[in-house]
Amino acid sequence: MVGVRTLGVSRPPRLARLATFGRRLVRYPSALIGFCIVAFFLLMAIIGPLVAPYSATEQIAADRLQQPSARHWLGTDQFGRDIFSRILIGSRDVFLVAGSGTLLAVLMGLAVGLFSGYYGGLWDEIVMRLLDVLLALPPLLLAMVLLGTVGPSRLNVILVVAFLYIPMVGRVVRSVVLDLKTREFVEAAKLRGESSGYIMFREILPNAWPPLAVEASMRFSYAIFLVASLGFLGLGVQPPAPDWGLMVGEARDWFDQARWALLFPAGAVALLVIGVGFLSDGLRRLLRPGMAGD
Amino acid sequence: MSAATNDQLPILDVQDLSVAYATEAGMLHTVRHVSLRVGRGEVYGLVGESGSGKTTLASAVVRYLPANGRILGGRVLLNGVNLLELSPADMRRVWGAQIAVVPQSPRTSVNPSIVIGEQIAEVARVHLGMSRPAAWQKALDMLHQVGMPDPEAVALRYAHQLSGGMLQRVLIAMALTTNPQLLIMDEPTTGLDVTTEAVILDLIQELLQRYQSAALYITHNLGVVARICNWVGVMYAGELMEEGSIQDVFKCAMHPYTLGLLGCVPRVDASKHEVRLYTIPGYIPRLDQLPGGCIFAPRCMLAEAACQEQRPPLVEVNPRHLTACRRWPEVEADRGRFVRFQERVSSARQMSDEPPVLEAQGIKKYFKSTGRMFSLGLSGKMPMVRAVDDISLSARRNLTVGIVGESGCGKTTLARCIVGLEEATAGEVMLEGQRLPAAVTRRPRALLKKLQMVFQNPDASLNPQHTVADIIGRPLVLLGNIGKEAVLERCAALLEAVNLPVSYLNRLPHELSGGEKQRVAIARAFAAQPSVLICDEPISALDVSVQAALLNLLVELQAAEGNAYLFISHDLAAVRHISDWIVIVYLGRLWEVGPAAQVFAPPMHPYTEALLSAIPIPDPDVRQERIRLSGSVPSAVNIPPGCRFHTRCPRKLGPICESEEPPWQSVDGQHRICCHIPLDTLCQLQKDVLDTARSSPCAPTPAGLGSGV
Repeated sequence: MVGVRTLGVSRPPRLARLATFGRRLVRYPSALIGFCIVAFFLLMAIIGPLVAPYSATEQIAADRLQQPSARHWLGTDQFGRDIFSRILIGSRDVFLVAGSGTLLAVLMGLAVGLFSGYYGGLWDEIVMRLLDVLLALPPLLLAMVLLGTVGPSRLNVILVVAFLYIPMVGRVVRSVVLDLKTREFVEAAKLRGESSGYIMFREILPNAWPPLAVEASMRFSYAIFLVASLGFLGLGVQPPAPDWGLMVGEARDWFDQARWALLFPAGAVALLVIGVGFLSDGLRRLLRPGMAGD
Repeated sequence: MSAATNDQLPILDVQDLSVAYATEAGMLHTVRHVSLRVGRGEVYGLVGESGSGKTTLASAVVRYLPANGRILGGRVLLNGVNLLELSPADMRRVWGAQIAVVPQSPRTSVNPSIVIGEQIAEVARVHLGMSRPAAWQKALDMLHQVGMPDPEAVALRYAHQLSGGMLQRVLIAMALTTNPQLLIMDEPTTGLDVTTEAVILDLIQELLQRYQSAALYITHNLGVVARICNWVGVMYAGELMEEGSIQDVFKCAMHPYTLGLLGCVPRVDASKHEVRLYTIPGYIPRLDQLPGGCIFAPRCMLAEAACQEQRPPLVEVNPRHLTACRRWPEVEADRGRFVRFQERVSSARQMSDEPPVLEAQGIKKYFKSTGRMFSLGLSGKMPMVRAVDDISLSARRNLTVGIVGESGCGKTTLARCIVGLEEATAGEVMLEGQRLPAAVTRRPRALLKKLQMVFQNPDASLNPQHTVADIIGRPLVLLGNIGKEAVLERCAALLEAVNLPVSYLNRLPHELSGGEKQRVAIARAFAAQPSVLICDEPISALDVSVQAALLNLLVELQAAEGNAYLFISHDLAAVRHISDWIVIVYLGRLWEVGPAAQVFAPPMHPYTEALLSAIPIPDPDVRQERIRLSGSVPSAVNIPPGCRFHTRCPRKLGPICESEEPPWQSVDGQHRICCHIPLDTLCQLQKDVLDTARSSPCAPTPAGLGSGV
């Protein structure tokens, strides 16, 4: 990239562009709400253990199955653990597991879609049919089978999430690449003898970010749900970790006595999924083609 | 209603109309205090650059503004009834019955799932209260009236089975079904080929005469206005700048903007060697940043301090000839200043003896035809689309080769084969004596950069995520052996060469206007120091004033750098202006080649003749010979035998044209025509279309035109 400072001109700093992005965000109330929800849980993922009133695993025998009260805002479970604290602290695992799973899926899907779409031909055909096979299987079932084979662990859940979402991300990236690679700026690059690598990573990729960001945020919201489902089924993170899905699963047997122990973790999953959904919707509008970068 | 009152009362009387759009940035006053009148049987042309408010004005007249559009004041009288006061229910009875609209894009204006006949019949049923059979009969009758071949068959077809020209006829038929008082046409021929445009314009002219409707015709093409309108209004940034009869405005324009627009248009009778196109500096102002005084003052060469103080009113300088210029007496006295200053750029260059830089020999490009699986079994082999079928041409330093033809004739495919974006099926390309591999990926970089291209669509040809510096600097970096500082200096120099400020280096493409983007694309092409530059319709997506500036720029750059150009366009006037050598393409073959002036003068190939007679010339006095091509270009899958042009040729000789391929005849050593008709017969048949154009008072008399014949 060519710097231009020597000519006494400079681009508007990135900060200013971020500010315009922020101003736009405020114009879409649902996007703003989504942003606040996600930001709240993300903050808790980082500082949760510091601000939570209790530890996630501390069992207070005297406080078993307490209703929500001033002492325990969201009540306690069958072991006397504080649900509010567990939700706050548990958000770290949500972001860690669902987040890295999504990130991995996006990176792999990006690579698959970019190469497959750009080179086309037989290789593209083979890769796409393989992805079709993966897409044809029900994701939850596939995840259960895979985790049943390799055994439940945090790392395995991440890998399974990534594996399940590669086809979807790959397809989205591929369709974007197919559109971009026939654009005239790509042809102009070919005419000056650019390498395929340059064309893929410097000409095409920067223009694929907006749809990819939308797709990634959607995948993330699906991943949160999938991870929670796996936790509920006991295939995810193991007890006594404060995993939201696991909490719902454990509280099932005590539903008659302590509804809150089930409803609040379930509500947390729902809230975060909706929040990410709103944010993703907002991104879609903010990053509309033609609005990119301005 | 008696005829007498009709004569006095205009059909459409727009009085002091103002329209604004409510946007995030506040109210945008798109049309301000515009008044105009259209009488029975008259055609009123509304011209102006894009963004001048023409379409908004028309939408307001029919009360069909977008949801955020507001009519702020004024009256729209249709036969004395103010349309702005009608209830929505009454308005629905006016639409279709009294006002009809012919839109710009026929494809999107016809319902794709209802047969054509039914769509026209529906208009008759709703507005004329006809029964189903009567309405169907009316539809057939209307199709017949718009000159549709085989109306019965066409009525049963769907939109996708018709060509653009035929669809436009359908829309005209639909509009005229109710015999409306007022017909509004919004750029009805803009998306069509020049040959189809000519046919549709003839039709519109004839029908308007027959139906005696009043018509409001919106266009950016001054040639079209000159051909079919009686009155013309020139709009600029939402206001009328000048209004008058065609003769008054085209011959005695009283506003610098009108004169500027007229001077921008290249003429078929003069080349870059004779004239430099006039250009209007700057851009149309943004509606939220209108200047205080005369809105045209910032771009006007006559502007003085007083012009910037107060908005000049429209004044009537002659009966029904109005101008918004306060210095109109000076404009009138010194019109020659604006009208193409005839500047001898250089004398016409001779075809030099030095070997051509680029030589394309026998280029062929066949595509597999898709979606025809069933014919495979019948004919035994796959049908081929012969997009380019044996074309040879060469380009020399300092000279421009113009490639002309209708859309679908293979011009662009030819260019893409030469640069290697398409792999030619056969033929070879030699660049500076070296043979180039067919595919761009196998060409050595050193040769690649000598062959650069400027694309049609400036929005797609620049990467939206790269700054101007990145875009222009990248070819320089690729050349190697050049430091960052040197790259920047060179970028700045290139920007200056294309008349853009150096501060643009930091901009992203979306911060540039269409013309500026195309300048950057040209700078990028020149950064590689090409010996041959291929321009594929580089100006057709742009406004006239911008087109002129770009043509001038290309001419200047060539004079400075000495590159060879291949200039592809369907705009014959632009090609004539910029080219030294012209080749005419039809259905993948060349039909006439020669020096520019000779190709456009008799003897001509009948196809060239038809193309030439179809150009709308912005001069109401020019009487072009009417040679019209029927139908559209045949499919390149089923190419007609014999002469490929015989199916549409207005001068077809007879059976020989259908069976034998025509021979190349040489007019003089350089100018050659591929036709069965003997050259002297062609000379006798053909009138010099440009004769009349040349004798018009405003036009200069270029030397050396047609002298080689």
